[in-house]
Amino acid sequence: MGNVSETDEAMNQWEVVIGIETHAQLATVSKIFSGASTAFGAEPNTQACAVDLALPGVLPVLNKKAVECAIRFGLAIGAEVAQKSVFARKNYFYPDLPKGYQISQMDLPVVVGGHITLQVGQGDKAYEKVVRLTRAHLEEDAGKSLHEDFHGKSGIDLNRAGTPLLEIVSEPDMRSSDEAVAYAKSLHALVQWIDICDGNMQEGSFRCDANVSVRPKGQAEFGTRREIKNLNSFRFLKEAIDFEVQWQINEIEEGRRIQQATVLFDPDSGETRMMRSKEDAHDYRYFPDPDLLPLVISDEWIARVRGELPELPGQMRERFVSEFGLSNYDATTLTANSEIAAFFQLTVAIAGKQNAKPCANWVMVDLAARLNKDGKEIAESPVSAAQLAGLILRIADNTISNNIAKKVFEALWNGEGATADEIIEKQGLKQITDSGAIEALVDEVLAANPANVAEFKAGKEKAFNALVGQVMKAAKGKANPQQVNDLLKQKLAG
Amino acid sequence: MINKSLKQLSQALAARQISSVELSSLFLDRIERLNPTLNAFVTVDREKSLKMALAADARIAAGTAGPLTGIPIAQKDIFCAEGWTTTCGSKMLANFVSPYDATVIRKMHNEAGMVSLGKTNMDEFAMGSSNETSFFGPVRNPWDTNRVPGGSSGGSAAAVAARLAPAATGTDTGGSIRQPAALCNLTGLKPTYGVVSRYGMIAFASSLDQGGPMAASAEDCALLLNTMVGFDERDSTSLDRPVEDYARDLEKPLDGLRIGLPKEFFGEGCEAEVMAAVRAAIAEYEKLGATTVEVSLPNSHLSVPAYYVIAPAEASSNLSRFDGARYGYRAPEYDNLEQMYEKTRAQGFGSEVKRRIMIGAYVLSHGYYDAYYLQAQRIRRLIADDFVEAFKSCDVIMGPTSPSTAFKLGEKAADPVQMYLSDIYTIAVNLAGLPGMSIPCGFAGGLPVGLQLIGNYFAEGQLLNVAHRYQQATDWHQRRASCAE
Repeated sequence: MGNVSETDEAMNQWEVVIGIETHAQLATVSKIFSGASTAFGAEPNTQACAVDLALPGVLPVLNKKAVECAIRFGLAIGAEVAQKSVFARKNYFYPDLPKGYQISQMDLPVVVGGHITLQVGQGDKAYEKVVRLTRAHLEEDAGKSLHEDFHGKSGIDLNRAGTPLLEIVSEPDMRSSDEAVAYAKSLHALVQWIDICDGNMQEGSFRCDANVSVRPKGQAEFGTRREIKNLNSFRFLKEAIDFEVQWQINEIEEGRRIQQATVLFDPDSGETRMMRSKEDAHDYRYFPDPDLLPLVISDEWIARVRGELPELPGQMRERFVSEFGLSNYDATTLTANSEIAAFFQLTVAIAGKQNAKPCANWVMVDLAARLNKDGKEIAESPVSAAQLAGLILRIADNTISNNIAKKVFEALWNGEGATADEIIEKQGLKQITDSGAIEALVDEVLAANPANVAEFKAGKEKAFNALVGQVMKAAKGKANPQQVNDLLKQKLAG
Repeated sequence: MINKSLKQLSQALAARQISSVELSSLFLDRIERLNPTLNAFVTVDREKSLKMALAADARIAAGTAGPLTGIPIAQKDIFCAEGWTTTCGSKMLANFVSPYDATVIRKMHNEAGMVSLGKTNMDEFAMGSSNETSFFGPVRNPWDTNRVPGGSSGGSAAAVAARLAPAATGTDTGGSIRQPAALCNLTGLKPTYGVVSRYGMIAFASSLDQGGPMAASAEDCALLLNTMVGFDERDSTSLDRPVEDYARDLEKPLDGLRIGLPKEFFGEGCEAEVMAAVRAAIAEYEKLGATTVEVSLPNSHLSVPAYYVIAPAEASSNLSRFDGARYGYRAPEYDNLEQMYEKTRAQGFGSEVKRRIMIGAYVLSHGYYDAYYLQAQRIRRLIADDFVEAFKSCDVIMGPTSPSTAFKLGEKAADPVQMYLSDIYTIAVNLAGLPGMSIPCGFAGGLPVGLQLIGNYFAEGQLLNVAHRYQQATDWHQRRASCAE
């Protein structure tokens, strides 16, 4: 206990500052500067054409689809899409970089500014946070070095060389690893929402670098940052930042200075270790690529792309509040990613607007918990939106109670029936609403439990609940709870 | 036959006076005989050439021939040609067989049906003005084999001047078509930047490089240019313009033509006899109906320094791909990756190329970029603006192509700055992206002198017309080196 509070106290004196750079692989069919395919998993070097191999004399030609992805992203985050941006060469030697330079954007990126609104934490502790974006620019990916199976030599696979990337740079607006993860998740959901990236983190389609520094609370200037490279899961992102923050605080508290550096996170040890210091930093000798003209994006092009954009999470959130009367928290949760939003919208479409609130609860609470238990994504849910809506309709029309509904849901999950109705019918779960039948049960219970009746009459409210429980038990849970309550009260008062 | 114009050769082929196989063999035989002295070609492949000639003869027989089908041409070894060793004059690529065709190669051979006689020698990666930086040894000038043919397209120039080929391609980054044309008594044209595709043309300085024809006359150049130009979706800097026939206006009279004479081109620094030949040519133009007007290119003295920042900067990056990893030369021994790069590049590149890579890396490096690269780009803009201003009062600009005639082998090889200054009149044209030509205009000490014509953007047709009318009135361009007689 002592340790924890000491750590808390130490943490309380420090403020964490995090900025994130994300590389999102754009979902184009061909590469950013050549016609070769971008499909993942092909035999090494089968998807590298003359341009990707950087044969003498070849030239890059910009893929318009990659530009459209950048425009979509810019519009989705309320950024400025630059009318003119410039491709630059970043020069360095590495075997997986065939030209000896990477074509990227430096001084004039295609997307400038913008912001993302995210929700950090859950339930009562949840809060909204706006993270500003600095820029997003287009660039090409490098190939891959393969260090195994070559008898002491390295192999090079250039299939990935030239794959289009959007590098998205945030302002240093995040103040905890939780905020960093919430940001990364929001961004991850957004790029899939607008269909510019498949979001596959295992295949490297979405990877983050975190710039982390700490400063005493109240200090205006930032501390010296270290950059953690290539984090390809949200868990690693959190673990790496948490370790790094603690490491930096310890260093400072022990009187050492933080040196600007690039570090790698080792998931096995849970530690970060230095890759190179600022002194080792390359001079990339950036200059505008003379093989490519400046990228000019017309207002017409932007307008066309805007017209093709789906409803964005922010717009949808506002609509859920105004149209369905949902709380801000619910609306934000339901628009966390496009799959949840689509599932919820389909559920409401079938169950009806008047049932929007129970639809929201079922999707956010019961379904989410069940998915979580089985480690499933909503897209893999065994219970479809239509099945869930059918279930919600039976609650709404009093065919079943909420408690029975949970049983029906589990039955649907296990595939015991195609619809809620079928399960209710087959398993005889229909709620008893016939007041005569309920009255008979109530009378039976009152007669059989004189002690409880006496206690209630002596003023013990708890005894009432016991009697309700007895009636429900007798009804095998199927009696309408409201009717049971009303009748019991009536009889006991009488 | 060897001194016939392309038009005459075309007619001879069409009339079946000669077949393409016979014509090609004629030139291949000359190459076999004279190339050991001149070193104009680095790759000759009789079998490949004759195969192309056979295909051309079939096209002629089938009646599907174009105007240049079956005519042989020499290709500068900077153009990638499928199945041909493509060296760019470097040890680095001495073993590189291209798996693909440059757009120019595709157009001239696959489409127009011309026959490749082989690949011509050149300064390594087109860096040089004398052809002495080639890994394959210097080319000798057919007019005096102790002298250089100019560069970097020196092999192409020597080949055409010695009639080892009726015509050739060249590339021009700072004068590499015009200067060797001047030194070898040829007509050479560097088109407006973006007119000829750079795809498959091994890059030296991407924003300056432009391919073009080298031949005996303006008429030949016009026919060749017709086959070389056109928008290419593989080259983002290629311009999408309507196709024109560059031979169409060749005969147009020159009455009223306004010739701009930049005072900066007629001052000191040019050999007197060269200047005398240039002035005589201008007097000839006045006889043809042209008038002259003095113009000024006030920033032209900055063109050499600006060029030697921009061109090396781009080259230092363009040549990074030659790292020994995927193709070309790799050092035989190294202990690690760093060493593989260092040794491969130290051994694979010649000293002029290394000098320019170092200059380029320096001017792009952190802390120097603004003072060198950005400043040079500003000067480039000023130089282009000078031309825009000058063309307000004239139609074409004239002056010397080179300040001297062909110099002796080794004469300037040890002094890079002297060598760089031999392009003093040509470089500004590349910086501005304008079309420029060199045409034969006389002799000084028995060596050819070139007259430079500079046109406004896309005025290739006009330049060819201006050159052609002069060649109708004079015979300088018909003079041949003794080995070609």
